Amino acid sequence: MKKIINDPDEVVSEALAGMAQAHPDLITVRTKPDYVVRADAPVEGKVALVSGGGSGHEPLHGGFVGRGMLSAAAPGAVFTSPTPDQVLAATQAVDGGAGVLHIVKNYTGDVLNFETAAELAAAEDIEVRSVIVDDDVAVKDSTFTAGRRGVAGTVLVEKIAGAAAERGDSLDEVTAVAEKVVRQVRSMGVALTPCTVPHSGEPSFELGDDEIELGIGIHGEPGREKVKLQPADAIVETLLTAIVDDLPYAEGDQVLLFVNGMGGTPVIELYLAYNSARKFLSDKGIEVSRSLVGNYITSLEMQGMSITLLRLDEQLTELWDAPVSTIALRRDA
Amino acid sequence: MASCDAAATAAAVRQMAETIEQHHTELTHLDREIGDGDHGANLVRGFRAVVEKLDADEPGTPGAVLKLVATTLISTVGGASGPLFGTAFLRAATKVGDAETLDAAMVSDALSAAAEGVVARGKAAVGDKTMIDAFEPAVQAAQSAAEEGSVADVLEAAAAAAEQAASETAPLEARKGRASYLGERSVGHVDPGAQSTAYLLRSLATSASSAG
Repeated sequence: MKKIINDPDEVVSEALAGMAQAHPDLITVRTKPDYVVRADAPVEGKVALVSGGGSGHEPLHGGFVGRGMLSAAAPGAVFTSPTPDQVLAATQAVDGGAGVLHIVKNYTGDVLNFETAAELAAAEDIEVRSVIVDDDVAVKDSTFTAGRRGVAGTVLVEKIAGAAAERGDSLDEVTAVAEKVVRQVRSMGVALTPCTVPHSGEPSFELGDDEIELGIGIHGEPGREKVKLQPADAIVETLLTAIVDDLPYAEGDQVLLFVNGMGGTPVIELYLAYNSARKFLSDKGIEVSRSLVGNYITSLEMQGMSITLLRLDEQLTELWDAPVSTIALRRDA
Repeated sequence: MASCDAAATAAAVRQMAETIEQHHTELTHLDREIGDGDHGANLVRGFRAVVEKLDADEPGTPGAVLKLVATTLISTVGGASGPLFGTAFLRAATKVGDAETLDAAMVSDALSAAAEGVVARGKAAVGDKTMIDAFEPAVQAAQSAAEEGSVADVLEAAAAAAEQAASETAPLEARKGRASYLGERSVGHVDPGAQSTAYLLRSLATSASSAG
């Protein structure tokens, strides 16, 4: 394992300390328990948004804390969901009296810990709602699995619900728009290499030199199958076919196309894949009206990417276009 | 051991922490095969925190010891195992209340309550390839042993049943947790949660038998 670290036990806390010093205008980092909170929290009278999950997916979630997006983020250990007391502390810190929405990726650990935290917050008279993001079409949505995972679509849920909260929508309205995004968003990913969790020091799975894993979650865990490496057009076609068929997205739909890097894939390849995706969608008569390309929800140094489509209407487009001021996503008014 | 007081409970918890120290790398390896490779690392972080708290201030009843374990695991472990094991210890603590000592029946009842808590939180059933696959047979064996035996007999029966059942999770296809995404590729691997459950129950049995 070759990594720029000091002590595997201190990776998350030292990274948070760096983040706090680099961006004091946007965020504050609190410790014991650890969480990231927007610098001006709590914002009185507005709904607050709290998300979180394992570390190692940066910029998710701490990179999306700020005006117009998340109020706070609770980072767990690397690839491990945060604990309920972290989520509770973050929830208390951002509660401005209008309620708090928890945005939770559908992973067993995240769901259990957020559920526990929401119960604890309710006991302190904080009104908490939860929305579970499960946009990953690679996983069978059945009683035979833990259900679809929440992956890159989470970024879009956080942005759009964050914009609704920022303009002063009620907790009911913010929750409803978050749920609407969940209904309209689908993703699927591919891994070219595994990654190494600092604490274990070994690659988290194995892939041959000429193999790729289709349908990964955000830790490289599988969903569909291992296949031989293919050209970008073919990989994109496989991912987008599964995505488009699932909702389904239809001719005439307007979509946001999000090509997300898993951390180890150069941006040139992401734009190349974006080009392939535009061709594919154009052939289907699906119009791309908004785009996002880059490393937004990563898996340490894993090579790979995910593709996400969000079906847009006027409401979602307006909220997507609203100003946002976070470390990883900024848009001026 | 005919009955179990706060000191014996704390000693059993320390034995659990020691067992987790010994086996955490192996548990993490099991988890890497079908999960996300952090089960041992998470548990060892939690149990080290438990021992630190016991060293600072050992509670006065078995229930209070179990509650300390519960809250510490919930606030330090994370992942799925934090809330699951935390809930198990919390339900066990609630079951024994503020009794000064626990007899065989109470230990067996506490194990049952713990398993019910895990089922309630994790919504898994026997055969899903989770810690429940080890926990349920352990509870049944404990109940049978409690009719005649001592605390040590109850825990020995539970541990033996859990060990056997954990090894029998290998041929199952996972239906809960992260391993479920592997589908049939999860077959052939022992479930890390079932294995850690077996280790924890074995350390309780060891502690009880060494206490006489």
